[in-house]
Amino acid sequence: MKAFLDSILSGVLLGSLYGLFASGLSLVFGVMRLVNVAHGDFIVLAAFLALAFLHITGIASPFLMLVILIPLMFVLGYLLQRGVLNPALGPDILRPVLITFGLSVIVQNGLQQAFSADSQKLQGGRIETASIPLPDGLAIGTFPLLTLVVAVALIGLLQWILYRTKLGRALRATSDDLSTAGLMGVNTPHLFGIAAGLAMVTVAVAGVFTGIRASFDASAGPAWLIFAFEAVIIGGLGSLWGTLAGGIILGIAQAIGAYLSPAWQMLAGHVVFLIALMFFPRGLFPRRSE
Amino acid sequence: MLLEVSSLNAYYGDFQALFDVSLHAGKGEAVAIIGANGAGKSTLLNAISGNVKTRGAIQFNGEALAGLKPWNIVTRGVTLVPEGRRLFSSLSVEENLLMGAYARKGTDWTLTLVYELFPKLKERARQQVTQLSGGEQQMVAIGRALMSNPSLLMCDELSLGLAPVIVQDIYATLAKVRERGVTLIVVEQNVQQAMKFADRVYCFQEGHVTLEGEAAKLTADQVSAAYFGKRGAA
Ligand SMILES: Nc1ncnc2c1ncn2[C@@H]1O[C@H](COP(=O)(O)OP(=O)(O)OP(=O)(O)O)[C@@H](O)[C@H]1O
Ligand SMILES: [Mg+2]
Repeated sequence: MKAFLDSILSGVLLGSLYGLFASGLSLVFGVMRLVNVAHGDFIVLAAFLALAFLHITGIASPFLMLVILIPLMFVLGYLLQRGVLNPALGPDILRPVLITFGLSVIVQNGLQQAFSADSQKLQGGRIETASIPLPDGLAIGTFPLLTLVVAVALIGLLQWILYRTKLGRALRATSDDLSTAGLMGVNTPHLFGIAAGLAMVTVAVAGVFTGIRASFDASAGPAWLIFAFEAVIIGGLGSLWGTLAGGIILGIAQAIGAYLSPAWQMLAGHVVFLIALMFFPRGLFPRRSE
Repeated sequence: MLLEVSSLNAYYGDFQALFDVSLHAGKGEAVAIIGANGAGKSTLLNAISGNVKTRGAIQFNGEALAGLKPWNIVTRGVTLVPEGRRLFSSLSVEENLLMGAYARKGTDWTLTLVYELFPKLKERARQQVTQLSGGEQQMVAIGRALMSNPSLLMCDELSLGLAPVIVQDIYATLAKVRERGVTLIVVEQNVQQAMKFADRVYCFQEGHVTLEGEAAKLTADQVSAAYFGKRGAA
């Protein structure tokens, strides 16, 4: 029983990381109906950039790298959106998907050139092995708990922006009706750039936390994209708390699978995803108006 | 002249929807545009708002609008109440109104003023717009446009799908808007309504202006010839 509870708990915490992966994907899809196939690769890119900055600055803590990484990824997201993705958006929904697929290939190859195909890891320090004891002999890892707290805080922040600020109102209005938002004074190409920038902020955070949690290599992106994608679909398109819940459900499913047999971890996640898709095609927490 | 459109041609891809349209509106005027389905009325308003490709000149307050983006045009004081209202469906009534103020210059209109104009909307401020009646939705669409502080307000088929009493109400309200110095262009299928409300009327047919004149001086025969008649015979 204790081992089972332990694995559920670790599933929740791992799931919050998936929720973090997925929040940026969900935001971009919600605002501009764009599925970014390169999302996982950008998370890997962020992890490698953190690694490079650690090396360059000589600072030991990867968490501190977020100070550079967050603004850098925001700007990268904004420029990519305005320069590459905005021109591809239109009635043909396949075009932007193909372009992000191209970006995915470019990022993977670029990372392989720059950092080789070897796997790497960010060293988080003591926090990686620390844990907080719970009653009944259970324990909770400090770092996974921190991941959960950060995921909740970041998604809460995005949610606050979306529902409590003028920017968020414009993002929701643009999601409802792009051309009418333009008529009301919203510079929609610029707004899309901001949305992509915000998504890249979640990517920066996800990259650092994933890089500390486990090793990664230049080709890890697509696997992470799958987790993000599954979390978004389970949670319901365009709802950020739903996305976090979707990630946690996915994490729990994987943990239960792994508890039964290590070989079943990934399979259990995919099966739960398919079941959710069959019975809740709009996700468990779809946006109310859609 | 507040708005001066000269020899405007508008295109959807290869299809030409407006042919050498010239039209003007003076400060404080109310101008109506009438014409059958597909005549090009919406195309004209969308072209002025920056949403349709055009050739020709659109001068507003002495400045050329052609080539500007919609979000730049609205900040110059030209706002459209689009055909079919086009409210933001996931936003509340008040959020829709506030979207009108997104990029505005000046402070002519406030939420308080809009709620004075449409008292019904105040009670429904927090509701989602999809829960409103058609007439109330049209009020939100007008209120949202007013929140951008337009000097020229263009309304596309306000009466579409609304009961006659509600249409009366809405035009009565527009008269109040006019009293505050806002210039109006209304596209209207209901010819009587248009003639009653406007100082001047333009009739469109197949992308051409077939008639132009003061509402009070045009005869029913002239209007009907311009509306239905074979072009060139009017
Ligand atoms: N987005 C579009 N793409 C292609 N053709 C269009 C488009 N919008 C309008 N048209 C065509 O342009 C012409 C003028 O249309 P428009 O909508 O301006 O007419 P209208 O006078 O507003 O008609 P209604 O009274 O039905 O609203 C029509 O032949 C229409 O089919
Ligand atoms: Mg029309």
